[in-house]
Amino acid sequence: MSASDAPATARLTAHLHRRARWRWPEIVFWLAILALIFALPSRAGIINEALIAGLFALSLDLILGLTGILSLGHAAFLGLGAYSAAILATRGFADPMLGLAFGAGIAALVGLVTAPLLLRGGDLTRLMVTLGVSLMLGELANRNGWLTGGADGLNFSIAPVLALFPIGFTGQRNAALYSFAVLFILVVIARRLACSPFGLALAAIRENRLRAGALGVGASRRIVAIYTVAAAYAGAAGALLAQTTQIVSLDLFDFHRSADVMLMLIIGGAGYLYGGLIGAAAFIVLRDVVSAATPEYWEFWIGLALVILVLAGRERIAAAPRRLIALIAPRAAPRGVA
Amino acid sequence: MLTILLDGVAYGMLLFVLASGLSVTLGLMNFINLAHGAFAMIGGYVTALLMNRAGVPFLATLPAAFLIPAILGVALERTLYRRLYGASPLDQVLFTIGLVLMAMPIAAYLIGDEPQQVHLPAWLSGRIEIHGVGIGVYRLFIIVVCGAIAAALQVFLIKTRFGAQLRAAVDDARVAQGLGINVDRIFAIAFVVGSGLAGLGGALAADVVGGIDPSFPVKFLVTFLIVVTIGGSNGIMGALFGSLLLGVLDVAGKYYAPSIGAFIIYAVMVATLIVRPQGLFAAGDGR
Repeated sequence: MSASDAPATARLTAHLHRRARWRWPEIVFWLAILALIFALPSRAGIINEALIAGLFALSLDLILGLTGILSLGHAAFLGLGAYSAAILATRGFADPMLGLAFGAGIAALVGLVTAPLLLRGGDLTRLMVTLGVSLMLGELANRNGWLTGGADGLNFSIAPVLALFPIGFTGQRNAALYSFAVLFILVVIARRLACSPFGLALAAIRENRLRAGALGVGASRRIVAIYTVAAAYAGAAGALLAQTTQIVSLDLFDFHRSADVMLMLIIGGAGYLYGGLIGAAAFIVLRDVVSAATPEYWEFWIGLALVILVLAGRERIAAAPRRLIALIAPRAAPRGVA
Repeated sequence: MLTILLDGVAYGMLLFVLASGLSVTLGLMNFINLAHGAFAMIGGYVTALLMNRAGVPFLATLPAAFLIPAILGVALERTLYRRLYGASPLDQVLFTIGLVLMAMPIAAYLIGDEPQQVHLPAWLSGRIEIHGVGIGVYRLFIIVVCGAIAAALQVFLIKTRFGAQLRAAVDDARVAQGLGINVDRIFAIAFVVGSGLAGLGGALAADVVGGIDPSFPVKFLVTFLIVVTIGGSNGIMGALFGSLLLGVLDVAGKYYAPSIGAFIIYAVMVATLIVRPQGLFAAGDGR
């Protein structure tokens, strides 16, 4: 490294350090969730659902928001994680942590194997490949009933977390706390990732793949790497979902799961990690409210919201919460490269 | 054996009529219209409802099954779709998924969740034997009608001035525009015809797929996309061969290897995308 590079490197390091610092709105955010779990024990089920959906949306954010890879088949990894954890539990390994690691691991493995498919072609090709992979996995799960229970799905029981806290219908609050802990740890890791040189490289690939390549930032290996991580995250979300509901069904691989998670991420805004969490919470609450009023037709309102969102300018709306944060705490808002 | 082949061809022909509009919109404007199946659903409903509630004969409902989705198509194209032609693929996907999500509850609300059956007239049901090969009359009817449509489209594209303009616009919209071709108008017309064909396809498919219900757009969305992927997005012939291949593979797969079922067509699609991302039958390189 030549001497003239030194100030630039120092600036870059300082920039990354600045970005990696915890801001108080983040701390408030996490404390608020924790408080919510304890304050509303009767609503622990829906909070748990929102946390898991948030983790799933976060995983999509890693590839869509950070790297700019469009996926319409992210449910593949949710289903994989859920079924892996469930199958492990039915085979007598009922420890939740083990199931969680196993689910995430299997999903990561499949993510690693399928990621090279994303390197060719344009956005449409990627949409099709991801959709195709998720449909293939769904069909495999459907046809291999001896392993997955086929159309009936699987029912199983799960041991208490750390052998102390039972989760499931009798321990909804424990389940929410368990999901909260997992989500928090994974967000910390994702933050670390996004504020690393690797995260910067991903942003460069997202903004202009050709130019990033010309600067010596090769896309292929980085895309495979982040896709594998995202798959592991989605697998963890699936495992959590399976363990806290103690049931898995083919619906986990469904197209609508992939569409829903994309919607959640878009509602919250992609690219700053918290968008998925906020969007998922909004989505779940919205669905709860709307479907209580019109149980059959709530999809209509989601569709309408999407159409309006796009026509009104997704960028402008998505930027609103960030602008709000910037208004309240100017130093907390995420910034571009200085 | 031949019966299965013919069934597959009939199914493939049907897929072609359903998906040809999609392949044109995709090739022309690189527009990802995931709501294409909604137009097919509307066409199916038009035929089913006209037959069941108004007693109109089957053949007489088909023009309506073409026209109503086409009119809806022109309305949506002029008001909403055209705003998104230059937009990012993500926006297009979100917008068209939104339309699908709206179309399904509307159908459920207006018509109901249960599938609407199309009762074929007597002269179209039953089976006949040709040289010892049995085939359903309706399958034969589909092959003839859809074959005629495909031939007409191909002649139209090759022989007419509009066809030449359309092909030019598909090849390179900017240069075509520069040469004085009104690409915007061509796209609108192609979109409308494509929507109408989807409606017609939906009407013809209603019997084959066991009735039209509100989940039709999502159930067949994937199939359409596979057709377009395998066929490549430029030209009617690519879409036709893609549809036929898919139809035969799907029917044969379900007959000979029911245990892997739909797996085959997904595997073919992914394999196609790996080997030739621009489509099996595409002439040039994909964009």
